[in-house]
Amino acid sequence: MTVWSRLRPYVMVAPSIAVFSIFFIYPIFYMIFLSFYNWDFINPVKEFVGFNNFVEMFQNSEFLQVLTNSLNYTILSVSLSIVISLGLAMWLNREGAWYGFVQGALFSPHIISLVSVSLVWMWLMDPKFGLLNAILEMFGMQKLDWLSSPDSSLLSLVLVAVWKGVGYNALIFIAGLQSIPKDMYEASALDEANRWRTFYKITLPMLSPTLFFLIIINLIGSFQVFETIAIMTNGGPVNSTNTLVFYIYEYGFRYFKIGYASAAGVVLLLVVGLLTLVYFKLLSRRVHYQ
Amino acid sequence: MAQIVLKQIEKSFKQEKIIENLNVTIEDGSFTVLVGPSGCGKSTTLRMIAGLEQQSGGEIWIGDKCVNGVEPGKRNVAMVFQNYALYPMMTVKENIEFGLVNRKVPKQERERLIKEITEIVGLSEYLNKKPQALSGGQRQRVALARAMVKNPAVFLMDEPLSNLDAKLRHQMRTELIQLHKRLGATFVFVTHDQVEAMSMGDRIVIMNKGQIQQADSPMKIYDDPDNVFTAQFIGTPPMNVIHREAIFPYMEGQLHSDIHQVGFRPEKAMMTMEKKPIAGCVQFSARILTRETLGAEIIYQLEAKLGLVAVKSFLKPLEFANEVQISVPMKDLYYFDHEGKRARQYERSEERELVALGGGYA
Ligand SMILES: Nc1ncnc2c1ncn2[C@@H]1O[C@H](COP(=O)(O)OP(=O)(O)OP(=O)(O)O)[C@@H](O)[C@H]1O
Ligand SMILES: [Mg+2]
Repeated sequence: MTVWSRLRPYVMVAPSIAVFSIFFIYPIFYMIFLSFYNWDFINPVKEFVGFNNFVEMFQNSEFLQVLTNSLNYTILSVSLSIVISLGLAMWLNREGAWYGFVQGALFSPHIISLVSVSLVWMWLMDPKFGLLNAILEMFGMQKLDWLSSPDSSLLSLVLVAVWKGVGYNALIFIAGLQSIPKDMYEASALDEANRWRTFYKITLPMLSPTLFFLIIINLIGSFQVFETIAIMTNGGPVNSTNTLVFYIYEYGFRYFKIGYASAAGVVLLLVVGLLTLVYFKLLSRRVHYQ
Repeated sequence: MAQIVLKQIEKSFKQEKIIENLNVTIEDGSFTVLVGPSGCGKSTTLRMIAGLEQQSGGEIWIGDKCVNGVEPGKRNVAMVFQNYALYPMMTVKENIEFGLVNRKVPKQERERLIKEITEIVGLSEYLNKKPQALSGGQRQRVALARAMVKNPAVFLMDEPLSNLDAKLRHQMRTELIQLHKRLGATFVFVTHDQVEAMSMGDRIVIMNKGQIQQADSPMKIYDDPDNVFTAQFIGTPPMNVIHREAIFPYMEGQLHSDIHQVGFRPEKAMMTMEKKPIAGCVQFSARILTRETLGAEIIYQLEAKLGLVAVKSFLKPLEFANEVQISVPMKDLYYFDHEGKRARQYERSEERELVALGGGYA
């Protein structure tokens, strides 16, 4: 009896620990292990190469471009998404059926699968038959190349990401805005603060926990972008949309250079791990303005 | 100079009418206390004066200007909120300074004002702390300082003392009264505590269900209430109010048919052991239910044929007997008509001693 009551908690959590270990912990360590080898998936012999994969990777101009792409994509999509959704949240944070409807409409992209989203946007962005260019033409503006030119392809992907993410972010922002006590605004009205000062000195600081949460979550998500790239551009044209996860996928499962792909995976792990660490550090100081 | 005049103010939230036809003049430089039971519309009235709430009808005048439609910041009023509403992300200094910066007061002038005001409220050592690091009383002072630094013509305060413990509240009351003397501005102070109202205000406005019951000096309100509500709202224990049928047998047949209720203050009743008739008194016997000894005064709850009554005695030994005789001088009776209004024309109040005994609202 006593033995059982001691063991029971462990037995209860064992299944989830097992699943977690097999599908999360083990692959991570196996990936780190593989990053020091050359292997093609088939050959029973794995050749140990030390840090060669890493050295080779950082000397590869293609990889450096991939890193730059990832960084550009992340910074652009996160900052645009945060700014737009904050603006939307401030606009939508009021009563009325209309605002509820708009909020719901904005949120709906969040629940649609990225694959369908990608296909639809591919069609919208088609240079010849796409709706977007048709609209541009209607207003007498110049047609754009969207996904088919290296100058605009990454921006087009950012556009899709922002469109998909803005509703969710706005929803979280609205919740954050609603938790700001109303009398803060009354006090600032009596203090003759204008709209900009009120936003900058009251709203933004009071919203900072929400803001940090969303920035980190969006950063992590953006750095791991894959579906839209795999479906819409395949990393092209001329590598202009090749980002880290897609790069890993190509080296691993197209060129079967598992060791090299694992090394890139380790880089991704470090970046995302760092962001997560920052997030938990901030989370532990929940209310940042105190 | 800023006298505040409310003219036929009306306020509805959606369909619900909270305040109707409210007229009151708050004199320039007065310490006016708005008092009434919870939900009677005190905060709403105050917020309408501040401009934080838009009235549904009527006019608000501050000084010689109608402020309908004037923004809160431009009304020359400052407000102290019940929970202080300090900006949690700013230090004490930044809290006080915020309004000054918004008003583009030059830096030197700001520093001088902040120094001066924080010395008055005793906050000089806490300038760089955040509100979270302060005690309730200190936060309250920050809220006061933030209001004072505007040097407004009108101070509006919504139950600013209700979050403080009894001792601190007492101290802050005194400080606020002194502050009022020093600044000479118009103070409008909301509370639902009648003791606070009596001890602080030089004018009291009693509200009930969105209507003003009486606006007068504290002593006037105590000695000469306009209606049953005021009579029972002010004073601890409240005035004894007895229905005409119950008291009629003790009145020697002298009770005008317009009089619906009769009241007397607990301290005006005399309590004796023996039954001896006293001229000009309503007399009845009663049984003591409870005795509350508060030091100098003792409050008895009594049960008599005419109902439950409270009696307050001063500096007299505790009465242990069960059965006592109560005598109330006729001149100390208050008459009320069918609507609960005073029926002064029937009272014999000419001989009434118009100084209520101390206590009760110390
Ligand atoms: N924003 C609002 N929406 C709807 N009804 C409201 C609103 N604010 C106040 N009321 C109603 O108006 C009435 C008066 O409220 P108010 O806050 O002025 O009362 P109060 O006298 O200050 O009471 P308390 O002593 O409890 O603070 C209440 O019945 C309240 O329910
Ligand atoms: Mg209130």
